[in-house]
Amino acid sequence: MEAIRVNNITKSYENINALSNVSFSINQTEIFGLIGPDGAGKTTLIRILTSLILPDEGNAYILNLDLKKDYKQIRKIIGYMPQRFSLYMDLSVEENLQFYAEIFGVSIKDNYYLIEPIYKQIEPYKERKAGKLSGGMKQKLALSCALIHRPKFLLLDEPTTGVDAISRIEFWEMLKNYQNEGITILVSTPYMDEALQCNRLAFIKEGKILTVASPSEILNNYPFNIYDIKNENTYQTIEYFKKIIPDAIINRFGQSLHCSTQLSFDEIIQATDINNILIEKIEPTIEDCFLWISQQQ
Amino acid sequence: MKQLIAFIKKEFFHIFRDWRTLIVIFAIPAIQLIVFGYAISNDLNNISIGILDKSNDEFSKKIVSKMTFSNFFKIGHILQSEKEIEKLFKSGKVKEVVIIQQNFSKSIIKNGIASIQIIADASEPNTANLAINYTSALINNFVQDISKTTAIVPPYSIEVKMLYNPTLQSSWMFIPGIIALILTLISVMLTSVSIVKEKEYGSMELLLVTPLKSLTIIIGKVVPYFILSIINISFIFLLGHIFFALPVQGSLFTLYMLSTMYIILALSIGIFISVNVANQQVAMLISLVALMLPTILLSGFIFPIENMPKWLQLFSIIMPPRYFIEGLRGIMLKGNGFQELWINFLVIMFMTFIFIILSIKRFKSRLI
Repeated sequence: MEAIRVNNITKSYENINALSNVSFSINQTEIFGLIGPDGAGKTTLIRILTSLILPDEGNAYILNLDLKKDYKQIRKIIGYMPQRFSLYMDLSVEENLQFYAEIFGVSIKDNYYLIEPIYKQIEPYKERKAGKLSGGMKQKLALSCALIHRPKFLLLDEPTTGVDAISRIEFWEMLKNYQNEGITILVSTPYMDEALQCNRLAFIKEGKILTVASPSEILNNYPFNIYDIKNENTYQTIEYFKKIIPDAIINRFGQSLHCSTQLSFDEIIQATDINNILIEKIEPTIEDCFLWISQQQ
Repeated sequence: MKQLIAFIKKEFFHIFRDWRTLIVIFAIPAIQLIVFGYAISNDLNNISIGILDKSNDEFSKKIVSKMTFSNFFKIGHILQSEKEIEKLFKSGKVKEVVIIQQNFSKSIIKNGIASIQIIADASEPNTANLAINYTSALINNFVQDISKTTAIVPPYSIEVKMLYNPTLQSSWMFIPGIIALILTLISVMLTSVSIVKEKEYGSMELLLVTPLKSLTIIIGKVVPYFILSIINISFIFLLGHIFFALPVQGSLFTLYMLSTMYIILALSIGIFISVNVANQQVAMLISLVALMLPTILLSGFIFPIENMPKWLQLFSIIMPPRYFIEGLRGIMLKGNGFQELWINFLVIMFMTFIFIILSIKRFKSRLI
């Protein structure tokens, strides 16, 4: 069932198109990922959906509420965690949570079960000022505050940026719990590896939605064979493969390079005549797919 | 209502956890009161003068002793001849020299007239003026004295009576101004800064995405500063009473009515600033430049409005503190009530109305 419907949203800031003609929909209790590089328009889109910014054109419907007309009702049923830590640094962990509970007209006790898994971890520090918390703890507190009124729609703007690897894994586990509680979640991230955790995702680049699909659809629709190639001199190897397979898509991935081509494994081995090279056929990653889709545009 | 209480509670946490805010609220008023009350005083005390008494007889001695025992003067130098005068002024040891003619007593008794010459150092015109006024007053006093004890009828007599502030204490004049200044500081500056802070730190973004109404946010911001301002003016009234024996001739009720209304005006100006600027520095600058300086310079706090050039006088008409300071002086010193001050009340109310309307129009329930 459709929970959120976004229709042709366009927004520009002084001649810069932040979003152009964005349309997609999010299903009920889905974790929907908004994946794209910095400056792609993720934050603008999320702010529009929280009713903080008015779009220049287009509209959106959140659980059948009109984003432009019914923004007051929308603000009651959404939970929002901005990219920047925005709680009060001079208030303690508990005071922050208490404040947000009170302005939503609920008590911490009412929805404690919902935040318990995260809040339990920061509860030993509940007297501590929010400004003195570590990055991971701040994130947990911000999420607790965004959830304390048990929102129906949760919007998270790059919640895992600047958070350590273990906390990131924990974080996604947590999101799945909220999904089971019936909360629809929109989460943006610049990390491609996190995309796999979403039910569906939208690739966004330069204000345009490139594709909307489930991670497995995106991976299965990758039209090439993909090879991981390792060699001591990566740069020369890139140049070499560009020469011998001119229509291949070659991207650098850390120490190795990914070469996407129609050629089979045997054909690529035969074509290659340099030493000390390791070629391995691999499954495409979500990043390969993103790069391919964005290069197509 | 619960939301509002939660908001106000949060606001008090911010205030009491920031030592800078606390200093602004509690230390600055006390310091200002003492600085303005004692240091920046127009009163003269212990002006050093020189005396050249050429006759050294009964009456001349009387005048000299009168000057010696007044608090206004201290005898810095006894001159022997007129030649010393210029050197004495140049050295800056004295501000005024009083020369009593030869045969002073005789001349008075015989002719009914005698002369005293007063020479003042007018490089500081205010001091010179005041010194001469005080000296003339003392001489008048002396003339009255001798007319009582002798049969001599003085050629003239001037009687000066200072109304409302009989001892001409300038602290009485300054305190109403200081109260206006402090209210500007707390109500305008702190309020505007505290709203702008929420914008700057991003917490406004979160607040807007809650069911909180704009009005709740504004009232929640204003109430704590309103309470603090009321406590603060009571504190200043009390300090003024203890240290400067500041009277309240009118009713306390009118005094608090006027203060409360001015606080509401100041708060609405604070909100108006905060809805229009994006960061704390600008908010502070506007509060300081656009409000503190005019409060000090253009509202009649230090410089009488009547002495200003016409165009500045016109400018002072739109200065909110002017009406408050005028009203405060009226209530505290003259015992004025609503009857005399209704214009001040009305102007303050009108200004508040304008700023509230403008603020509500400008308050955004969205980021852009």
